[in-house]
Amino acid sequence: MVDKTTLWIVIFGLGAGSFLLRFSFLGLVGDRPLPDWLLRHLRYTAVAILPALVAPLVVYSGENGVTDPTRVTAAVATVVAGIWTKSVFAAIGTGALTLAIALQFAG
Amino acid sequence: MSSTTTNSAFWAGVRDGAPFMLVAGPFALLFGVLATEAGLNLFEVMSFSFVVIAGAAQFTALQLMQDEAPTIIVLISALAVNLRVAMYSAALTPYLGKAPLWQRAFAAYLLVDQSYALSHSKFEAEPEMSIPSRVVYYFGTCSLVMMTWFACSYLGAALGTTLPPGIPLDFALPIAFLSMVAPMMRTMAHLVAAAVAIVVSLVAVSIPYSLGLIVAGMAGMLAGAQTELWLRSKGQW
Repeated sequence: MVDKTTLWIVIFGLGAGSFLLRFSFLGLVGDRPLPDWLLRHLRYTAVAILPALVAPLVVYSGENGVTDPTRVTAAVATVVAGIWTKSVFAAIGTGALTLAIALQFAG
Repeated sequence: MSSTTTNSAFWAGVRDGAPFMLVAGPFALLFGVLATEAGLNLFEVMSFSFVVIAGAAQFTALQLMQDEAPTIIVLISALAVNLRVAMYSAALTPYLGKAPLWQRAFAAYLLVDQSYALSHSKFEAEPEMSIPSRVVYYFGTCSLVMMTWFACSYLGAALGTTLPPGIPLDFALPIAFLSMVAPMMRTMAHLVAAAVAIVVSLVAVSIPYSLGLIVAGMAGMLAGAQTELWLRSKGQW
């Protein structure tokens, strides 16, 4: 259960922060160029943060944080389908289907 | 600039944006369902989707709040996930930077993957477009996607409590994240960034206050940037 005060701080904090990120250049910076080193690091934020968030959820997904083979299998299938097809849909479908089948077998 | 031309630019944007309803819809639906499962009521779910409009950042915040991470970590992590919109903002500035401030502010609020990707390629391909045409095209690309986003958030929140038990919803979020990030693996540098972030996140999982996520994210970014430099020096970039 999510604490309500935290929730509203997060909603408005995230709303304000996201707006500032979106408005940053369009509204404030204009078209002055950014330093290369900064852009080079920004390029990898999403591909670093998202896997870092998911990896522990996948690897320690079972009871008491042990590894659950069905969930690891589904995760690997999702990634392989996503990289191979470059399609978000194909990846989700493959992942969900693999999880459903694996759970059947795991009984 | 005649109003017919700007009108047609708007409808061109609506048409180009329409297929992306299929992308935004399922994520909004899933967010509504998972947020409801996490104990948010309909008003809270809709406020979240309306104020933030960022799928990956909303999922991140939801997960970390359920893990009872400190609020500041929730905010930093979710904003880090959303950092790419600052790059979109930078990329669109040469095309929209001369529009009136209120239009730019409204455009900023609606800046998401779809509106950026469609508009940027359109403006690049048609440099003769006037600024008002660009602005209305941009809002055209947003229109259906945003309606879908709000409608499906609502639908998900309404459905949330009525779903039959036994659906492994705990794993919907990892699958959603992985399916968002896998198609982003365009280069060796992206793969290295992800691999390093994964390894560090697994090792750093015991660091308190969910700081391991920040450490792993930064390690991944550094690794990606260094790989890019190395590939450039070898002339393979």
